[in-house]
Amino acid sequence: MNYLELLQLSAPEVIVTVTMLLVLGADLTVLRGKSIAVRFNFGAMLSILGCVSAALLAFTRHVEADPLNGLLVVNPASDFVKATLLVLTIFTILISTSGKFTDHVGEYLSLILLGTIGLMFLVSTEDLLMVFISLEFASLALYILTAFNKHNEKSAEAALKYFLFGGMSAAFLLFGFSLLYGISGSTNLHEIAIGIAGKGFDPLLLVALVTTVIGFGFKIAAVPFHLWAPDAYEGAPTPSAAFIGSGSKVASFYVLAKIFTLGFVGAEGSAVWHGYLSGWTPVIAIIAALSMVLGNLTAIVQSSVKRMLAYSAIAHAGYMLLGVVSNTSVSASAMMFYVITYALTTIGAFGVVMVVEDATGGDAIANFNGLSKRAPGLALCLMIFLLSLGGIPPLAGFIGKFFLFSAVVSFGENLGLLWLVILAIAMSAVSFYYYLRVLKAAYVEDAAAEAPAIKVPLLTFLALVLLALLVILLGVAPGLLTRFL
Amino acid sequence: MLAWTIYITFFGVLVLMLLPRDNARAARIVALLTAIAGCAIAFVGSIQQVQQVDPGQVTTIVKVPWIPAIGANYYLAADGISLMLVVLTGLAAIAGILFSWNIEKRTKEFFAFYLALIGGVYGVFLSFDVLLLFVFYELTIIPKYFLIARWGSTRKEYGAMKLALYSFVGSHLVLIGLIAAWVVAKGQLGQPTLNLMDLSQVHFTTGFQHWVFPLVFVGFAILAGMWPFHTWAPTGHVAAPTAGSMLLAGVVMKLGAYGCLRVAMVMFPEGAREWQWAIAALAVIGIIYGAGVALVQRDFKFVIGYSSVSHMGFVLLGLATLNTIGLDGAVLQMFSHGIIAGLLFAVVGRMVYDRTHTRDFNDLETMQLGKLLPFAGVTFVIAGIASMGLPGFSGFVAEFQVLMGAWTVFPKMTILAGVGILIGVAYTLRAIQKGFYSDAPPKSVDHDHPMEPITVAERFGAVMLIGASLVIGLFPGLLMNWIEPCFKSPLFARLLSGGAQ
Repeated sequence: MNYLELLQLSAPEVIVTVTMLLVLGADLTVLRGKSIAVRFNFGAMLSILGCVSAALLAFTRHVEADPLNGLLVVNPASDFVKATLLVLTIFTILISTSGKFTDHVGEYLSLILLGTIGLMFLVSTEDLLMVFISLEFASLALYILTAFNKHNEKSAEAALKYFLFGGMSAAFLLFGFSLLYGISGSTNLHEIAIGIAGKGFDPLLLVALVTTVIGFGFKIAAVPFHLWAPDAYEGAPTPSAAFIGSGSKVASFYVLAKIFTLGFVGAEGSAVWHGYLSGWTPVIAIIAALSMVLGNLTAIVQSSVKRMLAYSAIAHAGYMLLGVVSNTSVSASAMMFYVITYALTTIGAFGVVMVVEDATGGDAIANFNGLSKRAPGLALCLMIFLLSLGGIPPLAGFIGKFFLFSAVVSFGENLGLLWLVILAIAMSAVSFYYYLRVLKAAYVEDAAAEAPAIKVPLLTFLALVLLALLVILLGVAPGLLTRFL
Repeated sequence: MLAWTIYITFFGVLVLMLLPRDNARAARIVALLTAIAGCAIAFVGSIQQVQQVDPGQVTTIVKVPWIPAIGANYYLAADGISLMLVVLTGLAAIAGILFSWNIEKRTKEFFAFYLALIGGVYGVFLSFDVLLLFVFYELTIIPKYFLIARWGSTRKEYGAMKLALYSFVGSHLVLIGLIAAWVVAKGQLGQPTLNLMDLSQVHFTTGFQHWVFPLVFVGFAILAGMWPFHTWAPTGHVAAPTAGSMLLAGVVMKLGAYGCLRVAMVMFPEGAREWQWAIAALAVIGIIYGAGVALVQRDFKFVIGYSSVSHMGFVLLGLATLNTIGLDGAVLQMFSHGIIAGLLFAVVGRMVYDRTHTRDFNDLETMQLGKLLPFAGVTFVIAGIASMGLPGFSGFVAEFQVLMGAWTVFPKMTILAGVGILIGVAYTLRAIQKGFYSDAPPKSVDHDHPMEPITVAERFGAVMLIGASLVIGLFPGLLMNWIEPCFKSPLFARLLSGGAQ
């Protein structure tokens, strides 16, 4: 194994890294003194070019390699997730081009790319050490992205909160990982599984399990580790919030599922009705149930749309965790379908919120009043995104839910996990109410008199329309995505 | 061919969205042409199918794989019941547009939502894949909400939200049942399927049907206005704009009843037999309660709203009989009520309320509307007579068959339902008298603002609906020939065998 081979295997990451350096360099040299719009557009084009080529490379190469005993695992599945992450990054960058929150364009774009690199390494490893390093690497970028609006105190507050909670969760994660290493003598997931096999469910493993769950619970904002999320989503510049809610979520769920299904083999336990056995599935089942209930019920009372989206993200994390609980290959791919479509939808929703926020000065529900008249195209996009989040067919969110729930109910013999699905479906009926409230403002309420039409920046609008079309397309023809999962 | 009812309606939505914003006239014409085209296709397609094949047979229109991983097909088909409901939808769509010709506020959006709703309804009636049916079913929720919340009256936002949430909760109950049934069916057949024809042949265990049937049935019956889940109906109907209440009563409530019959009862026949009594009891309570409450309303539109609950009770009672004659009656009642309720709402909402701006009987009594708007008066009297179930109109044939079917199974409840009919006569006569032909002393008539005369569009719509009810009342065989054979098809075999003899 020489370094050249290593570079070849990590070529997508390398391309993004080089792009990141180019964007930063160009912005600091030739683009100095140009207007922010020009710098943003040029930087965005460059970043997108890099992301597209990296995504194409990851998508088209069919390599299976594991040269470093799990540190860097390249296979079609992880490559597909990488390509997805890059696509999400492209959309995030597209909607951020009209941003007015910063004049440090180069730094902003390169931080997004850096975060993406961290996430890309995260999905292509089966080693705890590498998981931890790349997770922290991506998180550091996200902390800074959250704080990027220097004119807004809330942004700083949100970033600090995010950072403190994130640091604590990293400590938990590291603690859990070190115990796992202690029990099994390895950091490789497969070897850990062998190491803990046959030892029964001893207290040490229990502690390791719980701290790992806590660590990831923070990352994916599941109840009761969700407290940072609403503040971070609300305070962060909107594109940063979109990035936290999309790319980082996809990668976190992918690796979470991997750690539990590969590393904790034999410690599953059981979460089926009347068939409880201690292990990691009941723990995650409880977290999932709490997230669905609390996230949805709290979202109802929010008046800020970004906070509402944050609580809805918590609720959605709960649905996604169901896919981990049932722990079959079908449910794993259903979960990935759900996470990916959710991520696309969420970027779109945040994109619309950003445009409205820039035009009206706030993200309260009342700021959306009369949107259908002030910006019909934007309002239609918003409707598609929110209805998809609410699970209305024929949009991607509905099909995702159907895949996920039917996969979870299929688990075991006697519909044992049906109780979780019933809870999820009941809560998703609740969620419809708060999505509809925003749409009511956009379509039913009238805007204040003399409210001018909202001018939607071209690139952002293009991205939103593309996202809306994708959400419809993946709902009508989900086979386009499922065959890769 | 029938599939084009769906496509052309959604195409109409697309055209409307592309129209310039201020051209109300163009929007109306596009909407009307779309509805007429849809109705014509429905008529011609139905008659063709009936002539070519036995109407009892489920005839495939299109069937292509959609999501093979879960066994979902894009599977449209029709039997006589679907055909009848598709034709009803076509008629209701045209009538609704004729009675909302006077919408001036954001006309284009109004008709876009309106046609989207109609398209979804066509889709439900033609789907024989349960997932597809569910997709179309939920697709109707959104336009309903916006039609009421944006263009409605009295407590419109409350009414709209209530309707949307009730529908959504109902459809989620259905979703739980469908997912559970899908999983069990997959276990039995060895491969996933969502095809209604396959699912209807799966033998679900009695214990499973015992809890899944009420879930799915109630989920659909919420939208059919089953007591005690009916409370969305009066508020929703009253809040909706005229075309909205016409569609709600005319076709949307039928979606619920259709789902009960087509999905819940066909898939879980043993569950249906087990819960037969409960459904019948709720239906009869709905019939009497709806009629009783309608009798004491002061708001004209609430009378019609509650009468819908009462009339839909007959549909549910007919379904609960589980014998051929009762089911025949239930299905025909869907058609009949769709036409008559649409007409009643048209009179109250468009002809009266849009001109007088009141629906309060105390005000209407002093207006002598029978003299001012003779056409409205006569139309309401005819619609009222039809609604009471007098021979010669479709309501009679339908309700009579429901009662005949019910008599053999639950005689006591049938007598109670008969009492409901009597109360129905009372509230209809009261509404006719108070609304149009009161002898209360007239208030001074405002001569500066004479009432706008009844327009051609209104006359046309009213004549069309009265005609439809009359034709079916005089020649029930026209539709019975479509409905009756359906219950001999294998789809309903397990439901009817072993049921009430």
